[in-house]
Amino acid sequence: MQDFLVQINYNAWILPALLLIPLAGAVLLLALGSLSPDDGTLETAPSARMIALVIFVLEFVVSMGLWWSYDPGGARWQATYDHWWIIPWNARLSMGIDGISLMMVLLTTVIMPLAVLGSWTSIRTKVRSYYALMLVLTTGMLGVFVARDLLLFYVMWEIMLVPMYFIIGIWGGERRIYASLKFFVYTMAGSLLMLVGILYLWNVSGVPSQNLPQTFDYDRLLTIAHTHKAALWLFGAFFLAFAVKVPMFPFHTWLPDAHVEAPTAGSVILAAIMLKMGTYGFLRFAMPLFPSAAMTPWVRATILTLAVIGIIYGALVAMVQPDFKKLVAYSSVSHLGFVMLGIFALTLQSVQGALMVMISHGISTGALFLLIGMIYERRHTRLIEAYGGIARVVPLFSALLVIVSLSSIGLPSTNGFVGEFLVLIGSFRTYPFFTFFATTGVIFAAAYLLWAIQRILFNALDKPENEHLTDLNARELTMMGVLVVAIFWIGIYPQPILRRMEPSAALFVRSVTQGQLSVHTADRGMR
Amino acid sequence: MYFDLSIPSQLAGALIPDLILVIGAMLLLLVAVWGPASMARARLTGMLAIGTCVATFGAVVWLWHAQATASVGIIAVDAFRWATDCIVLAATSIAATLMIDYSEREQLVSAESYVLLLLAAGGMMLLAASRDLIIVFLGIELMSIASYVLCGLDRRSSRGAEAALKYFLLGAFSTGFLLYGIALVYGATGSTDIGTIGAMVTGANFNDPLLLAGIGMLIVGFCFKVAAVPFHMWTPDVYEGAATPITAFMAAAVKAAAFAAFLRVWIEAFPGATAAWVHPLQWLAVITMIGGNVIALQQKNMKRMLAYSSIAHAGYLLVTVVVADSLGASAFLFYLVAYTLATMGAFAVVIALGEPGERNQEIADYAGLWTVEPWLAAAMAVFMMALLGFPIAGGMGFFAKWYVIDAAIHAPHPQTVLAVILVLASVISCGYYLGVVLTMFMKPRPAHAPAVRPVPTGTFLVIYLSAFTLLLFGVLPNGFVQLAHDSVPISLVGAPARAPVASAASR
Repeated sequence: MQDFLVQINYNAWILPALLLIPLAGAVLLLALGSLSPDDGTLETAPSARMIALVIFVLEFVVSMGLWWSYDPGGARWQATYDHWWIIPWNARLSMGIDGISLMMVLLTTVIMPLAVLGSWTSIRTKVRSYYALMLVLTTGMLGVFVARDLLLFYVMWEIMLVPMYFIIGIWGGERRIYASLKFFVYTMAGSLLMLVGILYLWNVSGVPSQNLPQTFDYDRLLTIAHTHKAALWLFGAFFLAFAVKVPMFPFHTWLPDAHVEAPTAGSVILAAIMLKMGTYGFLRFAMPLFPSAAMTPWVRATILTLAVIGIIYGALVAMVQPDFKKLVAYSSVSHLGFVMLGIFALTLQSVQGALMVMISHGISTGALFLLIGMIYERRHTRLIEAYGGIARVVPLFSALLVIVSLSSIGLPSTNGFVGEFLVLIGSFRTYPFFTFFATTGVIFAAAYLLWAIQRILFNALDKPENEHLTDLNARELTMMGVLVVAIFWIGIYPQPILRRMEPSAALFVRSVTQGQLSVHTADRGMR
Repeated sequence: MYFDLSIPSQLAGALIPDLILVIGAMLLLLVAVWGPASMARARLTGMLAIGTCVATFGAVVWLWHAQATASVGIIAVDAFRWATDCIVLAATSIAATLMIDYSEREQLVSAESYVLLLLAAGGMMLLAASRDLIIVFLGIELMSIASYVLCGLDRRSSRGAEAALKYFLLGAFSTGFLLYGIALVYGATGSTDIGTIGAMVTGANFNDPLLLAGIGMLIVGFCFKVAAVPFHMWTPDVYEGAATPITAFMAAAVKAAAFAAFLRVWIEAFPGATAAWVHPLQWLAVITMIGGNVIALQQKNMKRMLAYSSIAHAGYLLVTVVVADSLGASAFLFYLVAYTLATMGAFAVVIALGEPGERNQEIADYAGLWTVEPWLAAAMAVFMMALLGFPIAGGMGFFAKWYVIDAAIHAPHPQTVLAVILVLASVISCGYYLGVVLTMFMKPRPAHAPAVRPVPTGTFLVIYLSAFTLLLFGVLPNGFVQLAHDSVPISLVGAPARAPVASAASR
């Protein structure tokens, strides 16, 4: 496999190709008339979903080469690509992946085809526009994970807002307009200050005396030392952008609205991929760029406190939700709290654990949202009390819901266990106090999910509407099958993933705890 | 090419574009009034007016390309002037194009409106060129008087008459301030030439009360013209009352020209008195950005909303005046290009969707537009995103805002706080720009909504060419950035604010 990839010079073109394939697909759908007044219902434009699926599968297949072409020993950028963009400002289209980006890219390309399958029959109007927006969204998300240029990163970060805004606002539920506007404004408000921060960085990066122009290049910005005060302000600007996206505790209120109102695929993408951009932002930008701010004790204490509050608060609020989708949405707040705890505990184990939680939360919560979408399509309600005892009616659905819920709770041998366990033992070494409280979150998770499952699947089958539900079909089984395989594979043998992330995670911990990176380690790997 | 401005014939040479425009306007006046007024004649006048703009544009580009220079005199011969001229002329020809379609819809026979547009444009070009406060005054007057008449163009409309009267009274009042300011500055420095004033006003004597009062009066006068809070009261009524193409013209061209003169005077005449004016201007910028955006949130009418949005944008542009260095001037020009395209495009959509009698212009009337006119809705979304300053989807709008923030942060006295307030104000503007987008895309089309008329050719071209340009240069802004970077007032050339980037950024 590796020889083949070297032969076709895979690493040289893969990243731009990954960004261009969905874009080309969107243009194709657009050309087929997604902007014509009759945009196509499911019946009049049956080809749209097929085209989208083919493109996403192609994207997935092409991206899988990264799994083999990535050199697990390297901590720095691989598969780099660099091209001029805005010459007067010295902004470049430079991309690359390290172990962290690699996993995020693969998570994205795995989840997206499943999201298309999840919308297969539930999206019935304006289907061409819908799938075109999903394709554009993919370009934006992948762009965030591979950007090595801060302007490129910012543009990608913002651009993915637009498709998601439309997906929620057009195909969403009853309060979709409110939810989509809230989502947009929260995210934009957070990220605009980051823009000022990026501009500030750019301005201080130029050294006229050494004829060094201003730059957005990540590696060069890493080498710039800031005064402690400047670092704190800059960290604050980046923190706000990422904390809204994660979402951390007081900034999370957009999330339940967006999740609940979004169509199934929208929730899946939000939970599985877009929330990870916040934590990715901390790992890639906020902390390595401003280590002195990130290492300030009160900053870390504040963020850890918010993370632990998020873990417990999210779990407690989830417990009392009557709406199953909202329950899962709040459980995301709780899970992402674990990620933040792991990142800011700053041990190799905790960071690796945080990365594992990011991946497994994507898989488990994505799967939960897909399952909710399936049952919603049949019954048109998400209220837990509307169900009861349906395990006898839909056994396949019930079995899958149990498996996925257990993985979300973190049962050993499922993916959820690996990440949370690593976070807890890693954080215990540096912050036993916070870890103690965080651990209660695991217990609460078991409580709210198992209780919900009991009320949905078991208890008495006392609602006549539930007696004739149909069980999952082949399409639904296929997509859940992929996710269940992933759940057990990661749960039982996470080594290949951990191995690829370890050098990058170690470099992250080292660079934050020991201040500046050495400059000349960039661009290893086969170029 | 070199002009010695003390020789009258060479001075005329340096004014070739302005002369072409004004002579064209005079000839057009004959065409307009010859024979009975008719729709066909008005249309012909409109076409010829666009032709005159194109010819003038050609002359401007020729002089720009020839890198014309001149001795120091009452007018400037530099890239900043040419760039501003190009923006003004583009806005004027767009306004004339829209006017042709608009008057057909409203059955408004007024061939003279095109002449007035050209005369106003002549005043604007004079403003862009002026290096003498007297010329500034002449330019402002020529521009303003033509605009007052343009506002009251539709004699059947009482709102138009109200707008014209309001604009005239307040405009005359503000011109008084401007003139008084000029007189006081002359009294303090003994000159109206801004270069000479700049040499006289130094750190040592800037607290001369005569000079301070003069600067204050000038600020008031200019802020009236660019519609900065709290001197903006006339804007919404005038913008709503005037015919829509005229509103577009005022929002884009009038503002651009007044700002160009404002910026040049501030860069050349008063850098020595920075300490005196920087705080008032900062505060004006802040309250304009916040005030304009907050009030725009409340608007239900499309034209009023765009009027308040133009006030907010005046606040963003004031930041470049506060900075008043070469980077500020470049940012100003780049911003104007994006702002002009987006504003003109948005007004063109308003015209395309309007019904006779200026109806169907409430934001609520746009509900569900996507389901009937998807391309029009998409173009409008691009204009809204551009005004919001959103990357890619808003095209150049993002880089425009970016440039202004950059100018603020990189100024000799960094205006980081202003930059932060600018982005926070942009967040507020999400509320109404996205309001339009969500109305068009997410709300259902009401059953009683009138069918959208076929979009006339001229309006069609304006809408889609503006959107296309915004998007294209929003992905690859290289050309415009370089152009803006090189187009600073001549007095700033040779004093680069930062190390050259282009050479180091090898391909």
